[in-house]
Amino acid sequence: MTIVLLLAPASLLIALIGLGAFWWTVKSGQYEDPVGDAARILTHDYDDAPGGGA
Amino acid sequence: MTAVDTDLSAFVAAAPKGKGRLELLVRGARCASCLSKVEHAAASAPGVETARLNLTTGKLTVMFWNAKGDPAAVIRAVEDAGYAAGLFDPEAARSAHDAEGRRLTLALAVAGFGAGNVMMFSVPIWAGVFGQEVTPVTRSLMYWLAALVATPCALYAGQPFFTSAWRALRRGKANMDVPITIGVLLTLIVSFSETIQGGRHAYFDAAVTLLFLLLIGRWLDHQLRARAQGAARDLLALQAPVARRIEAGGAERGVPVREIGVGDRIAVLPGERVAVDGVVEDGRSDIDNALITGETAQTAIGPGARLYAGSLNLTGRLVLRTTARSEDSTLANIARLVEIGAQSKSRYVRLADRAAELYVPVVHSLALGTFLIGWGVGLGPREALLRAAAVLIVTCPCALGLAVPAVQVAACGRLFRKGVLVKSGGALERLAEADVVVLDKTGVLTEGRPQLMPAQPADVRAAAPLARSSRHPLAQALAQAAGEGRAADEVTEIAGQGVEGTIEGRRAWLGRASFVGADADGRDTELWFRRDGEAAVRFVFVDRLRGDTVRAVSALQARGLAVEVLSGDAEGPVARAVTASGIAEWRSGLTPLQKVAEIERLAASGRKVLMVGDGLNDAAALARAHVSMAPGSAVEASQNAADLVFETGELISIVTAIDVARAARRRALENFAFSAAYNAVAAPVAILGLVNPFLAAIAMSASSIAVTLNALRMNLSGGRA
Repeated sequence: MTIVLLLAPASLLIALIGLGAFWWTVKSGQYEDPVGDAARILTHDYDDAPGGGA
Repeated sequence: MTAVDTDLSAFVAAAPKGKGRLELLVRGARCASCLSKVEHAAASAPGVETARLNLTTGKLTVMFWNAKGDPAAVIRAVEDAGYAAGLFDPEAARSAHDAEGRRLTLALAVAGFGAGNVMMFSVPIWAGVFGQEVTPVTRSLMYWLAALVATPCALYAGQPFFTSAWRALRRGKANMDVPITIGVLLTLIVSFSETIQGGRHAYFDAAVTLLFLLLIGRWLDHQLRARAQGAARDLLALQAPVARRIEAGGAERGVPVREIGVGDRIAVLPGERVAVDGVVEDGRSDIDNALITGETAQTAIGPGARLYAGSLNLTGRLVLRTTARSEDSTLANIARLVEIGAQSKSRYVRLADRAAELYVPVVHSLALGTFLIGWGVGLGPREALLRAAAVLIVTCPCALGLAVPAVQVAACGRLFRKGVLVKSGGALERLAEADVVVLDKTGVLTEGRPQLMPAQPADVRAAAPLARSSRHPLAQALAQAAGEGRAADEVTEIAGQGVEGTIEGRRAWLGRASFVGADADGRDTELWFRRDGEAAVRFVFVDRLRGDTVRAVSALQARGLAVEVLSGDAEGPVARAVTASGIAEWRSGLTPLQKVAEIERLAASGRKVLMVGDGLNDAAALARAHVSMAPGSAVEASQNAADLVFETGELISIVTAIDVARAARRRALENFAFSAAYNAVAAPVAILGLVNPFLAAIAMSASSIAVTLNALRMNLSGGRA
């Protein structure tokens, strides 16, 4: 049973990292232009402001 | 609306570090190569630091090195690359940031995290329910871990509901968020007290899962509104009101209409709309008032004439002395009527709220009754409170909260693909209830632009060269009827009168009767043409019905809707149009106020009116009607006032919209019926104390999934659902 005390926090930590990552993507505006971001990988220009820039 | 030759620096907003920021709406860009073409074009304009196009919204954000950037150069560069570009009003651009959407997305993410991870601790406890060996110590540990995950998540993710419930309670009202808030908080409190006392049942997982399911509904509803509002805002921004103010030195400068004051001088070029009420100081032209009054005939005007905001200048450059600020002009007075109408509309109680009105008191008295009676019959306060909490959990309106938004998202998505923009879910509900359709004539029944009545082909051919060299809409309609060909020589256009020129060596005139020298008083919309030494000939124009008007009207009547026409135009043209489209009820020559009065008369007799109109004179009626639609060609005020905007240019869109709205209403009612049936079973089970955390979790998810699947049938079923 003691293994639970190790595994439960570990799995929570991993999930928290995921939540934090999602939080960051929302805050940095990465869902502002899904169509444009999909198109940008096809252009040759170097994109120096991913995530909508302004 | 590309004011390329005017100074537009007023549209550049100040940005940090002394830079300038400009937002443009670019149309026609769809792919990766468009994206880089537009950005390269804009970045090549003088003074531009960076340009970034958002393909999803079509918004191009341009940063200038300093605040003195030149928007006109950017617009020209983008247009040279082959895309249409329009200015955004800086005010509108600023309010476009969707802060609420982000908050809901984050709340949804946190609730999802909580609901998923709390299962890690709930499942072992459920194992205990099925007779597996779970010692009280293990159970207690699992509950404490569940509390650790669920409590902060529920408190964060519940905020949209908590604040809304608090706002409603302070006003002495109860909305759906009140039982949700009470349910979640009570569940958390009871679960903590049970865990401390080593009880068997705690509902930490239910509290956070409940919020997760409810937030899905809330988030869908928000996405729907944000998308429709965004699209509506873009439509309006494209018509962004730029006025050309003539500065003291004589230079023209493009400024947002808001900044125009009384007594300013503004220039209005042919093809532009008058931005503010004013008196003509200089210039002659023809004015098209169709959008203000619904009249189809054009009026010739000269110095001293009063013009109203919204009318279209056709042939000559005009200089106006403004007599009102934009918020005091005719437009603004109509806007006030629109506001009054919108207030009457806000009294409409949406389906979900009507359901909540029934639901809230029933559930609350049920829970309270469970507690009091349970205590009374000797259960003890702890067990009674636990059962009351169970009642609140299993009857919590997850399914109810999803029932309507899920259907409406599906329905609006379907209409959006068909070119109909729905501004709110409430509009869809009101549309389903409509039983009488009131149509405007100009621009709704008809195309809204003149076309030539049958005439002698020889005359048309003879007059065509002159017609081709004029910008007047009647002349252009004549030129279109004649087809391709050469233009006349030595043409002079006398604004408000007509054109004069040489065709094959002979002088010729095309214009009003008096200009041509014919002896007639024009009643119809007409043009006269005369060659030197010949008698004058007359061309008559009518505003033709839309291609599908007859089909749409009969389809509406077949669905049991009464169809009426209210028009501001003169009796003759209205009578012709209604007879041709098969409508028996009609009135002509109405002022905007009389239109509103007619709508109110219909409403007072218990009818639910769908108003369809495009003119400024319709805006107040659109706002007052139970529900309203406007074509994409309508003036900004009307698009603003209308609940739905159809961009297809086809009247049959009205029928499509009504069909989808009615189907959506049926789905929503089915969902309510299902939720009611579910609660009728679940509530007694909870009152009898037969619910355990496992049952609560299963029941809650199952009902939400069932309701969502039913909503998705909207997209599967074809045509009439």
